[in-house]
Amino acid sequence: MQRCQINIFAFFKNTTKVQSVLLTRRVLKNKLANRFMQTLTVLSLLLLLIMGLGLYYKSTGILKEHSLWNLIAGSTWSPLTGEFGFWSFIISSVYVTIISVVIALPISLLTAIYLTENAKKWVKKIVFPVLDILAGIPSVIYGLWGVLIIVPWIADSLGPRFVDYTSGYTLLAGGIVLSVMIIPLLVSLFIEIFSTVPKDFKDASTSLGATRWQTSRLVVIRKASPGIISAVVLAISKAFGETLAVLMVCGNMVGIPESLFDSAYPLPALIANNYGEMLSLPMYESALMFAALIMFVIILVFNAAARIVLQKVEKQFKL
Amino acid sequence: MKFKFIEEKIVHGLMILSTLVVFGFFFSIIWTIAKTGFPPLTWEMITQLPGGGFYLGKEGGILNAIVGSLMIVVASATLGLLISIPVVFYINVYLKKNSLLGYFTRLSFDVLFGIPSIVYGAFAFTIMIFFGLKTSLGGGILVITLLIIPIFVRSMDEVAKSISKDLLDASYSLGATKLETCKVILRQIAPGIATATLLSVGRAIGDAAGVMFTAGFTDNIPTSLDEPAATLPLSVFFQLSSPIPEVRDRAYAAALLLTIIVLILSIAGRIITNRFSKNRIL
Repeated sequence: MQRCQINIFAFFKNTTKVQSVLLTRRVLKNKLANRFMQTLTVLSLLLLLIMGLGLYYKSTGILKEHSLWNLIAGSTWSPLTGEFGFWSFIISSVYVTIISVVIALPISLLTAIYLTENAKKWVKKIVFPVLDILAGIPSVIYGLWGVLIIVPWIADSLGPRFVDYTSGYTLLAGGIVLSVMIIPLLVSLFIEIFSTVPKDFKDASTSLGATRWQTSRLVVIRKASPGIISAVVLAISKAFGETLAVLMVCGNMVGIPESLFDSAYPLPALIANNYGEMLSLPMYESALMFAALIMFVIILVFNAAARIVLQKVEKQFKL
Repeated sequence: MKFKFIEEKIVHGLMILSTLVVFGFFFSIIWTIAKTGFPPLTWEMITQLPGGGFYLGKEGGILNAIVGSLMIVVASATLGLLISIPVVFYINVYLKKNSLLGYFTRLSFDVLFGIPSIVYGAFAFTIMIFFGLKTSLGGGILVITLLIIPIFVRSMDEVAKSISKDLLDASYSLGATKLETCKVILRQIAPGIATATLLSVGRAIGDAAGVMFTAGFTDNIPTSLDEPAATLPLSVFFQLSSPIPEVRDRAYAAALLLTIIVLILSIAGRIITNRFSKNRIL
């Protein structure tokens, strides 16, 4: 009897020991995992900083030789003589982006309102996958489509009505292709934003006798306007950074485009076109990295601002 | 009739019109790619490497680009998952709901998501020069991994954020550590991971501007990380700029192939989201 008791006691003592070892091991594991995940998170947070610093470091070469103002506002581009003025590229980028947003904004705004307020269920069932697919199509395919459809259309039917001659590889072609690329982004953002507007507001408006469009115009769009603006800013930065499609349809001739039917040479196209020979000329690499830095800074600022506004919008209505 | 009803009618018409315009773009793109790409698409193209004089219109295929793209995509999707799952766990389980670190991490991933791939390419290129690397398969994997991590984190976080706190509390009350609670979360966000993977693979396989700098282009299948690798989008791009019609035809066929891959990924993603999101505990 006594022996048995001792045995039982020993048994319990052992299990607690095993348990406590197990516990410390589990806690230790948890702590290790915590550290590991924390490091990964902080590292990924630093990625933005490292990117900015890396590009800045690479472009210090050219920033030492020329002043920032000369680089941005100068419009002579001849790498052979060491003259780097980015103005024509920047202005090309800005034009292409503006055209694309001007085309895409009304279409996506109307589509988004239609889908959230008016459309039947089966329409949504068809349109959402289509938008999904449009968003997923690679830019080279958009570029190919532009080359096969938009460029000949501009060169043969649209262009001759306005100007004597155009090759079709123009500012306008870039704008149209880009607008198709940003429509899915805009529509999905708009739908997200519109669905945050509380139903009560809409009901109140409808009960006062407003038509659907009046409700959309006076209540939904007005309430969602900060969100709409930031969605547009996001679309702008997407259009601004889009490379291959633009490279394929814009024509890529250095110079400030004077009409819709002139060829353009946006910044991303400049980088993508010249990366091959950039190590062969002095300062060329530095100049191209400076171009990347310009894009990085602009898009960083645009994106951060738009995202912060969007988060605020979402919070505001979630109360 | 009152003005407002006329206005309503007109705007309604415009809305339907703009939706149809979106459809029109969609069908125009798909139709163009299918019409030009289908005739030149042959079995030989998919299964052979470029032969001698391939870029002058002689025989051969684009197997180099297909395999190169697959290698880059599979490797970077794996790496991306390994890096982004811990990050998602950390900001959703370990951090408090209103933590500043969580806020900044989410914001920075939102911003990273918007950075264009050419900037990633340029950045990765500077890193590669810094370490003395040439354009290579490894470089391509590096840049695509960086590119898709934000997509992974954002779309998984979207799902993980909506998991109810009760589930976590239930796990804690059973004495589980946070690490063990992650297993519960993992099961809940599994469909999210699948969708995120398909989304990232779709974006990764179609990206050209990033790999242009870093992976280069070659006619062979790379056998090690430091050899250059060809990719499908670049294969389309380079062959399209050729003046020879046979070579351009191949570009169309390669484009069709790329579109089919992206379509399959997109549809599969939608099916997974629809099927599995029904079983989730909210």
